[in-house]
Amino acid sequence: MSSVDIQTVLPELALAIYAMVALLGAVYTGKDALAKPITWITGAVMVVIALMVAGGDGATAAFGGMFLDDAYARFAKVAILLAAAAVLVMGEATMSRRGLLRFEYPILVALGTVGMMMMVSAGDLMSLYMGLELQSLSLYVVASLNRDSVKSTEAGLKYFVLGALSSGLLLYGASLTYGYAGTTLFSGIITAASDGHVGLGLLIGLVFVTAGMAFKVSAVPFHMWTPDVYEGAPTAVTAFFATAPKLAAMALFGRVLFDAFGGAIGDWQQIIALLAVLSMFLGAIAAIGQTNIKRLMAYSSIAHMGFALLGLAAGSEYGVQAMLLYMAVYLTMNIGTFAFIMSMERDGRPIADISALNQFAVTDKLKGLAMLILLFSLAGVPPMLGFFAKYGVLIAAVQAGLTWLAVAGVVASVIGAFYYLRIVYFMYFGDEGEGLELNMSPAAWVALVGSAAIVILGVVNFFGIETAAAAAAQALVN
Amino acid sequence: MSVADFAFYLFALTTVVGGFFTVMARNPVHSVLWLITAFVGATGLFVLLGAEFVAMLLMIVYVGAVAVLFLFVVMMLDVDFAELKAEMAKSLPLALLIGVILLMELATIFGTWQFADGADAARAAVTPALDVAHNTQALGQILYTDYILLFQLAGLILLVAMIGAIVLTLRHRTNVKRQNVIAQMHRDPAKAMEVIDVKPGQGL
Repeated sequence: MSSVDIQTVLPELALAIYAMVALLGAVYTGKDALAKPITWITGAVMVVIALMVAGGDGATAAFGGMFLDDAYARFAKVAILLAAAAVLVMGEATMSRRGLLRFEYPILVALGTVGMMMMVSAGDLMSLYMGLELQSLSLYVVASLNRDSVKSTEAGLKYFVLGALSSGLLLYGASLTYGYAGTTLFSGIITAASDGHVGLGLLIGLVFVTAGMAFKVSAVPFHMWTPDVYEGAPTAVTAFFATAPKLAAMALFGRVLFDAFGGAIGDWQQIIALLAVLSMFLGAIAAIGQTNIKRLMAYSSIAHMGFALLGLAAGSEYGVQAMLLYMAVYLTMNIGTFAFIMSMERDGRPIADISALNQFAVTDKLKGLAMLILLFSLAGVPPMLGFFAKYGVLIAAVQAGLTWLAVAGVVASVIGAFYYLRIVYFMYFGDEGEGLELNMSPAAWVALVGSAAIVILGVVNFFGIETAAAAAAQALVN
Repeated sequence: MSVADFAFYLFALTTVVGGFFTVMARNPVHSVLWLITAFVGATGLFVLLGAEFVAMLLMIVYVGAVAVLFLFVVMMLDVDFAELKAEMAKSLPLALLIGVILLMELATIFGTWQFADGADAARAAVTPALDVAHNTQALGQILYTDYILLFQLAGLILLVAMIGAIVLTLRHRTNVKRQNVIAQMHRDPAKAMEVIDVKPGQGL
């Protein structure tokens, strides 16, 4: 361990130390009375660390190659930190109204974020697993934060058991890969597979590692946990699930596929293509029958993960760039949408029924319009950012010769557009219902209107993140 | 037969016999005792291999702590082993299937399994030769220097597990009487006690 190593992990180190200091501070002083300031401070710390990460450049391998700091990792880390900060801050008021804002919540989110940052920087199967477990364990706990609710407890338990199973699959794959390559370092695995010949051990290892990670991104057929966990967890926590961890898992997916199994692109391309097609179609079709908006968002996220996988399946630099852009846009849209969903109330009780949205936009024009923009963007309707993100991954698939995959993607997105547009229909032309109270904190309001504005204004030049994504993709693929 | 050979056969036999009776013993407490025998045999094998640190670890951690814990669990919990065995018969087909799959995997390893070029060299390169550094030193070097990042991350994971356990189970009850040692010690007999002279036949 040298000072270079320490400097390279400084962002992770800073966040971990902050979390521990905050934990000690809260335990020895005000406990839950401090939950609110800690939530805001955690958000601020995350933004500061994101700025710190964004200022880095070059590519460094620390701890003997176990920890990689390159443009790809930095892109993912900045997005993860900003998304986590946004979700913490906008969910603070909702959580405290429900009596769920305990001081451990922001601390667990911060530690989970450390895990995600480790995941996207992993250069070794072991550091990958450590990051993944740190993230997953934090998520299991926050899923059942509402411990007096049967559904929340069930969500946490289900997530935990299935997550343990997926970790087992991943570890099995990792051990087979190690058995073949003789090393757990990605740089060693890729040289073992570089001569065009992929051994049986590496192939089976690849399949199991892919299965384990497909679970984390909730790609079909490893998606079973998603709707139940989304529905059962407190809505502010669901907003967290739908954003930062998804990007972290997807970035990790890209990292493993290119950095470790880059010599076997032809072998994993078909697996990813299948996962992508199944996810897009199941996400689009199963969401149609949902009446609970949280479950609907779960299926929506499954479909979106399918589209992001489309970019990975292309196996090209442009594909990775399109995937990163897609995930960045996905995070923005989901933060706005969940800022709305977590504020949905009737008589002071949270409500998640889609029919509650009837005629909402008629009474509240601005928020209705913001929601309309976000839903159109999620569906991929042209002038919004969501369309350009989808367009990018489809082009990447076509360029890679996967035209059938791109066609399937277009068909799935048309099917999926139905349920987003149905919500818009309810909001504007629905029957007279019992009505809906939107108890929105200023932070949630900013998140909703802000992300709607970003989705519209980003059309001009993607706020320049396109170049950052291109640099990230180049750092990964070459 | 040299002494080392004799020791090997002795420890190997102890391990195998211990393992066999762990599975076969009817009484679960006997099973645990046989398990300890197997551990002791394995410890001897490790010493013969020159891995003295792992040997002592096995002795202290497994025999000293884990097996005793097993013993506690077996004796404390009221587990109906006859019922467990009946349950096992039900899932026999599944067990057989898994067994067949494992057998097939073994066949792959011995049949068509290949290693990458230099895989064995890469595996050996991690640890220094025995004449350069002894076991304990090599393990310490790997665990606390080479893999310090992973070690610290494992610590963070345990911290999360601890926070999680507390968050999900701890309830602060307001009306619980707790022992207050200071208050107890500073009680004044003059204030806490009162001697009353009760007259016979009158009561209080």
